[in-house]
Amino acid sequence: MSNGKTKLVLGYGTCGIAAGAAAVKEALERELETGKYLAELDIAGCMGFCFKEPIVEVISPDGLSVVYGDLTPKKVPQLLESHLLQGRVIDEWVVKRSDDPSAGEGDFLAHQHRIVLRNCGIINPESIDEYIATGGYEAARKALTSMTPEEIIGEVTKSGLRGRGGAGFPTGTKWGFARKAPGDEKYIVCNADEGDPGAFMDRSVLEGDPHAVIEGMIIAGYAIGARQGYIYCRAEYPLALRRLEIAITQCRERGFLGKGIFGTEWDFDIKIKKGAGAFVCGEETALIASIEGKRGMPRPRPPFPANEGLWGKPTNINNVETLANVPWIIRHGGEEYARLGTEKSKGTKVFCLAGKVRRTGLAEVPMGMTLRQVIFDVGGGIRGGKEFKAVQLGGPSGGCLPASLLDTPVDYEAITATGAIMGSGGMIVADSTTCMVDLARYFLTFTQAESCGKCVPCRLGTKRMLEILERICRGEGEPEDIGKLEMLAQDIKAASLCALGGTAPNPVLTTLRYFRNEYEDHIFRKKCTAGVCPALITLYIDADKCSGCGACAKICPVGAISGKKKEPHGIDAEKCIRCKLCLSRCPEEAIYAE
Amino acid sequence: MAGVVRLTIDGREIVTAEGNTILQAAKENGIRIPTLCYDERMEPYGACRICLVEVEGARGLLPSCATRVTEGMVVRTDTEQLRRIRRTILELLLSDHPNDCMICDSTGNCELQDLAYEYGVRDPRFEGERHTYKVLTENPFIERDYNKCILCGRCIRICREVQGVGVYDFVNRGFEAVPGTPYDRPLPETPCEFCGQCVSTCPTGAIVSIPSKGKGRAWQVRKVRTTCTYCGCGCQIDLHVKDGRVVEVSSPLMVGPGQGNLCAKGRYGYEFIHSPDRLTSPLVKGEEGFVEVSWDKALDEVASRIRRAVEEHGPDSVAFLCSARCTNEENYLLQKMARAVVGTNNVDHCARL
Ligand SMILES: Cc1cc2nc3c(=O)[nH]c(=O)nc-3n(C[C@H](O)[C@H](O)[C@H](O)COP(=O)(O)O)c2cc1C
Ligand code: SF4
Ligand code: SF4
Repeated sequence: MSNGKTKLVLGYGTCGIAAGAAAVKEALERELETGKYLAELDIAGCMGFCFKEPIVEVISPDGLSVVYGDLTPKKVPQLLESHLLQGRVIDEWVVKRSDDPSAGEGDFLAHQHRIVLRNCGIINPESIDEYIATGGYEAARKALTSMTPEEIIGEVTKSGLRGRGGAGFPTGTKWGFARKAPGDEKYIVCNADEGDPGAFMDRSVLEGDPHAVIEGMIIAGYAIGARQGYIYCRAEYPLALRRLEIAITQCRERGFLGKGIFGTEWDFDIKIKKGAGAFVCGEETALIASIEGKRGMPRPRPPFPANEGLWGKPTNINNVETLANVPWIIRHGGEEYARLGTEKSKGTKVFCLAGKVRRTGLAEVPMGMTLRQVIFDVGGGIRGGKEFKAVQLGGPSGGCLPASLLDTPVDYEAITATGAIMGSGGMIVADSTTCMVDLARYFLTFTQAESCGKCVPCRLGTKRMLEILERICRGEGEPEDIGKLEMLAQDIKAASLCALGGTAPNPVLTTLRYFRNEYEDHIFRKKCTAGVCPALITLYIDADKCSGCGACAKICPVGAISGKKKEPHGIDAEKCIRCKLCLSRCPEEAIYAE
Repeated sequence: MAGVVRLTIDGREIVTAEGNTILQAAKENGIRIPTLCYDERMEPYGACRICLVEVEGARGLLPSCATRVTEGMVVRTDTEQLRRIRRTILELLLSDHPNDCMICDSTGNCELQDLAYEYGVRDPRFEGERHTYKVLTENPFIERDYNKCILCGRCIRICREVQGVGVYDFVNRGFEAVPGTPYDRPLPETPCEFCGQCVSTCPTGAIVSIPSKGKGRAWQVRKVRTTCTYCGCGCQIDLHVKDGRVVEVSSPLMVGPGQGNLCAKGRYGYEFIHSPDRLTSPLVKGEEGFVEVSWDKALDEVASRIRRAVEEHGPDSVAFLCSARCTNEENYLLQKMARAVVGTNNVDHCARL
């Protein structure tokens, strides 16, 4: 900006790359090489607009910022030509513009409050200078040079920060345990395993602002007395791993990691341990076993890691998001953080909006906001104008809440009271075309496959529950099945060794609680009202809507559809295999499943 | 273990050593808590969930095998909830078990069978998929039938923790989790020593000794306690005798120097007992070759020849050779005999040859 150049910032997180950002990057570079434009290209992590990726932010020398979305390499020359040379913003492509918050999807950000995501999508995550320019590493310097470990822990306690990895344990208290645990060799571990389906907030933070997490670890390490940190990150996050490695190298060069950091006597360094992608390795004792080179299986607690953790030494494990909050808290003070949120849940929470919501992406909202506000104001409501049916909070460990609970605030206790959990922040929205039995079946398939197999209730209990659900979805449900599910769920919850098994029945229990009628429809009436479970549906063509175009008949793989041209068609239910290919093909939306 | 801890188990005031687990404290006081994955020879594991107990003030149920006692703890080991959970666990285990006790070698010596009997579990409420693993018999000693495996991890742990070998670990996850060798190699292609420690700890019939298969059920054999003769360690062994023949060797748990552990020789090296080639009385070599004699006669012979050699050529014309298979005490006595009785320092030992 100072050099009179326009800055182009390309969203270059995994979401952007998956949507085609690499090709867009090439196109941008090609165009800039022509020398036609006074502009430079930079990259950033995910801004949160995953539903509009690839996106590029165009920052003019005068400070105007316009974010364009849904880019393709083809659109690039037109975009640059119009915006940079002719000074004309292409309104149809705008996602957000700084001079008009109502333009595009601008209100997506308007309802958010970004602390964890403060730099995501804004700075180049591979540049330590850009991080420092935002005030980065000031908190670590302050903590190490002017605060005692007890003062740091006091500040974090005052902030009310609670673990964002799922359980919501007060972070300051946990640090206090590790600080007080006897032993001069201690460890701080960052849990970046993030294995629940539908969750990608930790990945986005690591890809978009890795230094924030490292700074949080430096502060935490000093506070508890750990000179060695580990980041346990799944190998399926190659970009996050690469950016972490770059960030760690940069920190060593600057003296932020290594011997005598920030000019003090304190030594601290970080190692990265790649996980092989087992959900259970996110559980802290399994994670420790995995770092130690053993098979990732939980062990009973106590002893807790704070006393006997990695290599048997006192260990503090925190989630990525928890740690990313820490520098902000040290810089602005615990009180400032505690201003946000509810009585017992302070600060903000990052959610991954997924499923049938219109804006799928990453959103950080203040605690206390209602689910309705998150889904409708931030998330933009249901895609295709369909009706909201349920929201699954907390992934496979969480629960499914109906519309009547949409006014529940984002608050650990309030959400737990509904039978769901805050969890790590996955928010999967279901509409009228989602079958709740099928959804419960889906989550249980996941937990059963991911069960480490160590304890009987989880290994065999979830298997038997899953088999019952599969039977119900196949239309072979029996009247006693609901009772069996409830019985098993109760014992699995009470008897499992770790929280994977302990929470695995939650999706079933909450759907049984709030959507029992759907189970009963499946079992007693042999109907899947959402039109999902193939064995329980029949496909029909609405004769009033059918134009007789024949598109459905062409795509049907078993030739079950027939009809004269320009006349209403019909489906032979005997032949139909309920693949629903015709349903998505019909231009008149005349085909429905019941 | 510095101090003692006072706690209450099932309404009884109990004093036990600090550092003990709830299970140990209960056992000391004659309170039985059922277990499946527990074996005193190894670290507690907490997997089977059969030994869960209620502890006042604790968040959730705790595995008594892995939970240390604390002062003032109030424990309940046999409530309605616990009995219900134990039944569910047993039903779940039996829902993926062949339940062919009729022809199983472990019948009568099976912890799963005993608990099913105690809790009256016969038909599991939850039917579903059962495993159909191939029975592995790729060696002369150890048969592995993972259809009967309850994944207690005892084989894995005894091999690693006690034996220091580490042949097994779990592979796969979820319903497919099962113990296995690296890359499913047959045991002879692993570092396995064929000590059979895994057989000794397996609570069901999943790992059994091939030489003993079909040779006698637990109640059909008479156990004869003796000391293993293979080395000087003095491990206590039980010879399982049926119809006058040794059909299996085991070691009593937590007794003697071996504490229930045996090596390959102690456990499997018993075939010689009934070998027709075995020497059953002393032999003296004469003109006609070897002749069977009584022990008295043989000892007289040895004594008179030693005496003659010493008289004619001095004590150093005699040497004593002892064996690693004798005990320390026996070896001690032999050198004493050499030095004090005969008067020579010519004492040596087969393990040096
Ligand atoms: C099955 C299972 C998976 C988990 N996965 C994660 C994970 O991916 N990331 C995470 O931070 N915590 C995960 N947790 C929670 C951790 O065990 C632990 O509570 C957390 O990392 C503590 O950090 P916090 O206090 O900052 O939340 C998981 C727990 C369970 C039982
Ligand atoms: S609850 Fe499941 S994941 Fe946890 S220890 Fe038991 S089997 Fe393993
Ligand atoms: S026989 Fe011994 S060494 Fe071989 S697997 Fe069993 S315990 Fe391990």
